[in-house]
Amino acid sequence: MRALVIAEHDNRHIKPATHATVTAALQLGGTVDILVAGTRCAAVADQAAKITGVGKVLLADDAVFAEFLAEPLSTLIVGLAEDYDALVAAASAAGKNIMPRVAAFLDVQQVSDVIAVVSPDTFVRPIYAGNALATVRSNDKKRVITARATAFEAATETGTAVIEAIPTVSDPGLSRFLERRVTESVRPELTSARVIVAGGRGIGSDSAFSLVSQLADILGGAVGASRAAVDAGFIPNDAQVGQTGKIVAPDLYIAVGISGAIQHLAGMKDSKVIVAINKDGDAPIFQIADYGLVADVFEAVPELIDSLNA
Amino acid sequence: MKVLVAVKRVVDYNVKIRIKADKSGVDTANLKMSMNPFDEIAVEEAIRWKEQGKANEVIVLSIGPQSAQDTLRTALAMGADRAILVKTDDEVQPLAVAKLIKAVAKTEAPDVILLGKQAIDDDSNQTGQMLAALLGWPQGTFVSSATPDENHRITVIREIDGGLETLSLVCPCVLTTDLRLNEPRYASLPNIMKAKKKPLDVTTPADLGVDTTPRLTLLKVEEPPTRKAGMIVGSVSELVEKLKNEAKVL
Repeated sequence: MRALVIAEHDNRHIKPATHATVTAALQLGGTVDILVAGTRCAAVADQAAKITGVGKVLLADDAVFAEFLAEPLSTLIVGLAEDYDALVAAASAAGKNIMPRVAAFLDVQQVSDVIAVVSPDTFVRPIYAGNALATVRSNDKKRVITARATAFEAATETGTAVIEAIPTVSDPGLSRFLERRVTESVRPELTSARVIVAGGRGIGSDSAFSLVSQLADILGGAVGASRAAVDAGFIPNDAQVGQTGKIVAPDLYIAVGISGAIQHLAGMKDSKVIVAINKDGDAPIFQIADYGLVADVFEAVPELIDSLNA
Repeated sequence: MKVLVAVKRVVDYNVKIRIKADKSGVDTANLKMSMNPFDEIAVEEAIRWKEQGKANEVIVLSIGPQSAQDTLRTALAMGADRAILVKTDDEVQPLAVAKLIKAVAKTEAPDVILLGKQAIDDDSNQTGQMLAALLGWPQGTFVSSATPDENHRITVIREIDGGLETLSLVCPCVLTTDLRLNEPRYASLPNIMKAKKKPLDVTTPADLGVDTTPRLTLLKVEEPPTRKAGMIVGSVSELVEKLKNEAKVL
């Protein structure tokens, strides 16, 4: 079994999800190479070479990959597929965009969002927003897999893999990149944060939502929200945690004024420790919280901020 | 501009599913079924384009059993012009769904194909990207804004991790919708009545020459591990003490 992991990066830094993806690929039981496709991204290849367990880094450095468009990237990956039995990427927005395109070119039925590798052809994946876990066996000749980064330990960095430059592909000219607006924040990214403080409809207004941000800042955490809070306009939608938003699994998740709709729980129930603060003692969030505090958030959160500041 | 929208009939998003006792799958018998919410957004977008004069025909397509006709009628009641059902009682996995849509696209020759980014039952998030690959078309996935222009291009804003990305795609293209694209309308009673008279053609995978044999074998379906019951603390100071000394996360 030879697996190729598609590295996720921004042409400067490799993203931590790549390390978890390498772990998933190693569990297939064979060798693991890693593809770094981008532009002026030699630094990323150096970082990839350090990941423990990586045999070889394939570096495709060309302006055509600068913005990671699905059309040229999938052409590149399909061209490399002959040498591999499995192609593996993170189940991130980028991996979800590219891998099914690759799978269709190879006439392979992809296995999405894998949370456990049972054997080289058998995988566990959540369905119905995580309300059920399906074990599926792939009958295709190759595997195309996206792995949920929060379900696998990050590989360490003790490696010294060789870096090999590979030929590039031409731009099919189907799509053109115009701009990218990345939410500027001094806070950690939601999907990799160790601590998340999330607010819900119970916060009541966008000005009161600053309580959630203050608590997050004291804990060095990210700010999340339920769909209700996003729909109410308290906070932009990229903060949404849930089935249709971000799937997170931090060490500590503090839910403030969140009732705990199924769709929200689906996005955060794998967090290590869950704290819920809500004035409604019957809120479903308390059924999955490790520590529940039935209290008015406008009294409890300032008190919590004060005691953490003390 | 001709728009093809693919819709899937799924268990309603408000329904809590049950897993069969023998773990062979999810028991969907007698559950409320609805149009996949992301597909509803795709239908709404196509209809808005028609209302704005950007599209002249909206065709809706579904792959599934006879009952998927109800879902197509809902789309017709929202404002689609006509419907196509690819009738099958078998499980059809995303690659085969993409092949079936491609076969329909070959005869219908749409300028844009719109689909939801994922179905809320199998959560695969694959069909649109696979379809774009099979057709050799560009793809705009997880789209929260889509603006067709006169130069046969569409400008899309995509939801990516940590922000938004704007792309310009050549038509024909495949777009998959994210939640923020629009808020779908409810069909009015007169429109529901009118929808009953709109054309609905039925075909089959065999007619379209597509093999839908599943490539993934479902071995079992289980309940996710449940979290052990937590505790209710009496005060903020007790909470802080527990987080520091028991959970050790502070």
